[in-house]
Amino acid sequence: MKRLHLERLANPQLLALAAVLLINWALFPNFFRITWQDGRLFGSAIDVLNRGAPVAILAIGMTGVIATKGVDLSVGAIMAVCGAVAATMVVAGYPTPVAVIAALAVGLACGLWNGFLVAVLDIQPIIATLVLMVAGRGIAQLITEGYIVTFNDPALIFIGTGSVLGFPMAAVIALVLMILVTLVVKRTAIGLFIQAIGVNRAAASLAGIHSRMLLMLVYATSGFCAAIAGIIVAADIRGADANNSGLWLELDAILAVVIGGTSLLGGKFSIPLAVVGAIIIQAMNTGILVSGFRPEFNLIVKAGMIILILMLQSPLLGHAAGFFKRDNKRVVSK
Amino acid sequence: MADDHYVLEARGVMKIFGNHVALDNVDFGLKAGEVHALLGENGAGKSTLIKILTGAYQPDGGGIYVDGQQVSLDNPLHAQTFGIGTVYQEVNLLPNRSVAENLFLGHQPLRWGFVDFRKMEADAKTILAKYDLHIDPSSELGTHSVAVQQIVAIARAVQLSGKVLILDEPTASLDRNEVERLFEVVRGLKARGLAIIFITHFLDQVFAISDRVTVLRNGKLIDTRPLDALSRTDVVRLMLGKDIAFSGATDVEPSETPNEVLLTFKGYGRKRSVLPFDLTIHKGEVVGVAGLLGSGRTEVARIMFGADPADQGTVSVNGQPSAIRKTTDAIKHGFGFCPEDRKAEGILGDLSVRENIVIALQGKLGWFKALNRDEQLEIAGRFGEAMDIRAASLDMPVKLLSGGNQQKVILSRWLATDPAFLILDEPTRGIDVGAHAEIVRTINRLRDEGMAMLVISSELDEVVAYSSRIVVMRDREMVAELRGKNINPGVIVQAIANNPDEAVA
Repeated sequence: MKRLHLERLANPQLLALAAVLLINWALFPNFFRITWQDGRLFGSAIDVLNRGAPVAILAIGMTGVIATKGVDLSVGAIMAVCGAVAATMVVAGYPTPVAVIAALAVGLACGLWNGFLVAVLDIQPIIATLVLMVAGRGIAQLITEGYIVTFNDPALIFIGTGSVLGFPMAAVIALVLMILVTLVVKRTAIGLFIQAIGVNRAAASLAGIHSRMLLMLVYATSGFCAAIAGIIVAADIRGADANNSGLWLELDAILAVVIGGTSLLGGKFSIPLAVVGAIIIQAMNTGILVSGFRPEFNLIVKAGMIILILMLQSPLLGHAAGFFKRDNKRVVSK
Repeated sequence: MADDHYVLEARGVMKIFGNHVALDNVDFGLKAGEVHALLGENGAGKSTLIKILTGAYQPDGGGIYVDGQQVSLDNPLHAQTFGIGTVYQEVNLLPNRSVAENLFLGHQPLRWGFVDFRKMEADAKTILAKYDLHIDPSSELGTHSVAVQQIVAIARAVQLSGKVLILDEPTASLDRNEVERLFEVVRGLKARGLAIIFITHFLDQVFAISDRVTVLRNGKLIDTRPLDALSRTDVVRLMLGKDIAFSGATDVEPSETPNEVLLTFKGYGRKRSVLPFDLTIHKGEVVGVAGLLGSGRTEVARIMFGADPADQGTVSVNGQPSAIRKTTDAIKHGFGFCPEDRKAEGILGDLSVRENIVIALQGKLGWFKALNRDEQLEIAGRFGEAMDIRAASLDMPVKLLSGGNQQKVILSRWLATDPAFLILDEPTRGIDVGAHAEIVRTINRLRDEGMAMLVISSELDEVVAYSSRIVVMRDREMVAELRGKNINPGVIVQAIANNPDEAVA
């Protein structure tokens, strides 16, 4: 049994993460140095977790969407909207919990809107979510009236910069959310139904799965996750920036999910591996930053790494690898 | 025209896909100035033969002859140079370009290297006039009706090839007047000496326009005959393969009293799908559904299951009036449905055999009463064994199984929900002999256990073997209900083909 668990750890995502971390370590020997200061942990590795949290949270919601053969392009814009809602409300004097709950509700509503377009009106997900991707930033600008709304509310700021047992608050939220959503998906039949819809929606519907309700649920979850990420990002910079909050993060989130092994064609998915994907992306960003390369290299190195990781997952390479491996097919158990 | 001269001929053509023989030593000859109907149920090999005659497929044996000369057709474009043109059911022209451009696409008249629009439109007008079509050649094709578009497509095919014209279900989306219009055109072309192959599912149209008919069944040539010597019943018999003499239709009620009523459909129907029908289904009864392709067989199943909800009529389950608006309503009432197109609507290809078996039961249990892995394995194992599913592992993707085993998986999926009423649409199509026998055995076993079933099948022998009653569909209407001694292939064939002058006394 122990051997089995070790084998399960040797998946391409964790190997890629290890490789990226090792390269970071080689280029920047202090990468893993962690210090304790002011009641919290400091260091590049901790920084990866902290900075990677927003994309990881987006990826948690995005995994479900992609598993149903969809995609949610609007999450970056929803982040901006929800950050704007939280910021303007605390500035207007509302208590922090009210502002946070309102922002989460707005995110949920955005997700339900996407779900309505996809599930009820049968619009292709890429177009349906493009609507909010474009409109969302406009809505956020309307809420902030074109300014960057800054705030000093300590409770709200804590969500972005606080720490729990020394760990950054954002990373803790991401971890808790990952565990919660994974448990819900695994312990209920929702995970199986999501896969069924992603593999063959017609057949799933004929088999008696409420595919519309389920699609609404996954898009709503994605919107909700985007709201959490939006609040964290706003709290981190103590202000809501309608133009730049969450900009292009939908693409990082999609990438994280794909690196996590979920196919854009839908079907099998893994939320924890999508989170690992988000950490890989952030580890590369941080690594390039701290190793002293010119930031211009950042995007190119990132693209190169992505190609490498995706090649490792390509079925073609899998066949080639399988050819050299000894035959270890599972034996039939009756 | 010399009677034994073939414009286009296939001799001993073979086509094999994997280990499935799609065409087995088929001969086909086409004469100039005839309309030759090509008939057969789905999977009979019609489209394979057409694709070979147009060069889209290469035969694995036998040869193609044009005017007695053996030729090898590399592709449809190459076939055009031999005078062979095709018009498909879906018009494959450019709806956003003009009629003239569509007629001459790829062969536009040029003037100093540019398209000569004036000449093109003038030529188009002359050509269309021959078809009695007086429309503005510069108008967009998409603004015209499907019938006009079909005629433009025919004109284009004749223009480019001019010897053989293949019409692949051209009338499928036309109304009665449009069909008549199209037939005028076809008669005109026939008079001009073109050889025309006509493929359709509508027997009326075959008789309206064809001179000879070739029937294929399971990849084999059944016969080629002049049509004037055949009755509709003869043609249906050739298509469905019943070489038996008709036994007189006697009206004998089944001796045993039927079990209690499970379902009552009254005036149940759906616009543009199935005309309203009345049907009562008892427990422990198999109702067979017979009819040609396109007669509304599958539509009846989909309406009953709520996949396409009925828009008229009522249904009661166990005497209780019920509303079945969607599939989940039907499943709540204990319905199950194995669709005809296993791949598109049945299996969840990438998911495991286990997940495919438990999915409907899990759907019934809902989101929160999840079956854990052990329970899933137990259920999948139990039904897998009962149905003799041959899979290396219950965790392998279902798409790797053979067609017959996939069918057993879908059947198991419904049996796991303990259904009261099971709808099977072509449960034995395209599966191997062993699986076939297993499924027929299962149908008989379930009936004896008291389950009600509706089974749609083109295999008459099979329907007759397990049905307690048979309903016959024709032109989207339930036209007959056969019981007792009338449950035999002869009567079924007659009921399918039935028209007033052939009515059984």
